[in-house]
Amino acid sequence: MPTYTLKINNKTHTVEADMDTPLLWVLRDQINLVGTKFGCGIGQCGACTIHVNGNAMRSCLLQVSQAAGMEITTIEGLSEHGDHPVQLAWKEVDVPQCGYCQAGQIMTASAFLKHNPSPKDLDIRNAMHGNICRCAAYNSIEEAVKVASKKIG
Amino acid sequence: MTPSKQTAFSRRSFLKTSVLASGGMLISFNLFGACQPNVAPPIDISALNYNDFNAFIKISDEGKVTIFSPNPEIGQGVKTSMPMIIAEELDVPWEDVNVVQGKLDTKNYTRQVAGGSQSIRQGWEPLRQTGATAKQMLVNAAAAKWGISASDCTAKLGVITNNKGETLGYGDVVKDAANMEVPENVTLKDPKNFTIIGQGKSNVDIDKIITGKPLYGLDYKEEGMLYVSVLRPPAFGQTLESFDDSATKSVSGVSQVIKFGDKIAVLANNTFAAMKGKKALKANWKQNSQAESTEFHDKKLLSILNGTEFDTRRKDGDVDKAFAKSDKVIERIYESPFLPHNCMEPMNFFANVTDEKIHLVGPIQTPQGTARRVARMLSRKEDEVLLEMTRMGGGFGRRLYGDFVLEAAEVSSLAKKPVKVVFSREDDMTSGTYRPAIKYKIAASIKKGKLTGYHLKEAAINSNMYGLIPNFFPAGAVENYQVDTQNYSSNISTGAWRAPYTNFLASAEQSFFDELAEEMGVDRIQLHLDLLENVKNNPKPRVQYSPDRLQNVIKVAVEKSNWGKTSEGTYQGFSVYYCHNTHVAEIADITMENGVPNVKKVTCVVDCGIVVNPLGAMNQVKGGVIDGIGHTMYSDFAFKDGIPQSKNFNTYQLIRMGQTPKVDVHFIESDVAPTGLGEPTLPPIGAAVANAIYKATGKRLTKQPYMSYINTDKKILG
Repeated sequence: MPTYTLKINNKTHTVEADMDTPLLWVLRDQINLVGTKFGCGIGQCGACTIHVNGNAMRSCLLQVSQAAGMEITTIEGLSEHGDHPVQLAWKEVDVPQCGYCQAGQIMTASAFLKHNPSPKDLDIRNAMHGNICRCAAYNSIEEAVKVASKKIG
Repeated sequence: MTPSKQTAFSRRSFLKTSVLASGGMLISFNLFGACQPNVAPPIDISALNYNDFNAFIKISDEGKVTIFSPNPEIGQGVKTSMPMIIAEELDVPWEDVNVVQGKLDTKNYTRQVAGGSQSIRQGWEPLRQTGATAKQMLVNAAAAKWGISASDCTAKLGVITNNKGETLGYGDVVKDAANMEVPENVTLKDPKNFTIIGQGKSNVDIDKIITGKPLYGLDYKEEGMLYVSVLRPPAFGQTLESFDDSATKSVSGVSQVIKFGDKIAVLANNTFAAMKGKKALKANWKQNSQAESTEFHDKKLLSILNGTEFDTRRKDGDVDKAFAKSDKVIERIYESPFLPHNCMEPMNFFANVTDEKIHLVGPIQTPQGTARRVARMLSRKEDEVLLEMTRMGGGFGRRLYGDFVLEAAEVSSLAKKPVKVVFSREDDMTSGTYRPAIKYKIAASIKKGKLTGYHLKEAAINSNMYGLIPNFFPAGAVENYQVDTQNYSSNISTGAWRAPYTNFLASAEQSFFDELAEEMGVDRIQLHLDLLENVKNNPKPRVQYSPDRLQNVIKVAVEKSNWGKTSEGTYQGFSVYYCHNTHVAEIADITMENGVPNVKKVTCVVDCGIVVNPLGAMNQVKGGVIDGIGHTMYSDFAFKDGIPQSKNFNTYQLIRMGQTPKVDVHFIESDVAPTGLGEPTLPPIGAAVANAIYKATGKRLTKQPYMSYINTDKKILG
């Protein structure tokens, strides 16, 4: 089985996996980073969103062989003490209901705000449209992105 | 509610365990006292040693409190709100409380179920008594230490004070208190003096959620555990004939393939290998019963509605006579599809079946019933089952059914290994316990401008509305009133789905009332107020709801939504409903963009009694409304030859942020006992949206999802 060297949250991990294994399952089953969630496996729900070289990507669609050499950040590595402005905003607004999709929501929001720190309301709705929240906590997610943008801006 | 009262407390539910006098506890106490004499150190309160007080409460020497939350947490917020109720009566600072999910424990907890929006309603009194009883025992212990009467002591925020002004912390007396007699009667607080209940408290798991810590069933793992992907019959009504697993066994990571019943389990050392191995299976299936399609269900249900075979569930007066004597009868049919639950966390469960015990870990709404079913299936004793609940990535009714727990237990038992069954999204969507497709026929008679008769007929797949629903509005308001039900038994598995039956019944009835008001030439708001007045004048209304509380939520909704005063291009729809003991009125504001309705705002007024946790309650209300809009507008689920036609989110639409309105929530101030919130804001919204669309377009939408009108004929709404 091939071996891959992955740079995740500023640490280097060497894993053995078939080349077509989605990074999602390598993170969850092999590296024990279970904050990145499985929702659909086809890039439709956003629960597995991570940052690859600073951009939001679906880890269920990214094969481990493609991830080698990239700068990968998961929810566990977004901040050292859980105090990224987006995380703080999520806490302030008390966004989660079941909470399962929230890591993906936070990763999408944090990558988006990095590129667009002072978004208009419609920009936020467009940016977050790809992440499903089955509890429909959308009002709170939208509000938290606004709160985070104020913290960043 | 009486402000405070003496309540007998069942000793059985308040079993004490002996005090732990371990060295560990003393060391922690000494370190705490010696190292930081004057400064309150930042401590991890979850890491302290605790003295067991009862099944709900542990108190450390430092006075920090661990409260076990008994009921499963599916996102409805009970892991925060139930401990809040205990902490209120125990009277401790919320900051000193550490909440832990209780295990299944049928001796010490009752009704460990997440369902029917009943956790808070049914837990309210027992949880208050639990906290108040523990507080009284702490006071009694302090009084004994001082050699005075307990009535000369008061307790507040974790500190007991006597009449000389001396104080003792809960932690100082916890070991004595745990050995005290359990008092028979305790005094509950006057709700006016609540300091935790009614204050918004953040989700207790918030820090773990936002940093991605393991919390959910899918995150649980044990050494040596194998991941399992299960191949199930692709169509309902099929059984397994034969299979070939040679390709599967060559997938790296796959260790074993096991047939059980009509299913095949693929065991592997990682999830992806198990799923890949399953895809490589070649199986032959045999159709053993009818391969049903959506057209078939539609015909069956319509033929029921147009037939005469019904169970009459309630009959007041004589609807037939009222209809015969009326000036006008209007009759409409409303239709809804099957719906999968689609919890974001797909079904999964851990099982380790050994000769000694059966260890089960994962997300389940019904731990007790499921543990019993597993024991029965494996011919084991119930007390051999240890079931631990994880936080759940959604429930919505799907995790009431333990089919995936039984699968995990059976596979573990056959493989003699710890396993975790993991559903793919496709597994989750195609082997569901679906919201059944239901059709309603509603007929009403009008005589001299008055509603004289109302006849509701339900045709459903597999089962019908539960017992109390015929006593919901408009029962008691119309002299001649009848509710009839009938079902068609299908081989498609169905079950409870957030607000079972009412999730569509409210849409149907409240759409009908909008049309009825128009036919009667009366204002739709006034029609409801008048009908509710009839209930108050009815000597024997036999209703579940309070007409006063329904009238009140209607009036507040009208005021808060600026009903009838919106700007040009905005159209409003009204709906009101009672279910799960809660009274709700909703008004939807929509605009039309290129013939497509866009819900911009929803005003939602809720009377759920005392609001325990306003933050969590707000989330439940907003979520219920938007979830309801999503399924009303977009979600459809068809069958062809027994095969579900949607398998993942590329062919099944859930609502997304760009389609959501702002939900403006108003709770009615109240001092009566709290009722459920997980479900009751969902049912009314469908009709509020449909009634607004009618105002905008002149079209009455009677079939869900409403987007099907746009998808099939753009002209209908254009």
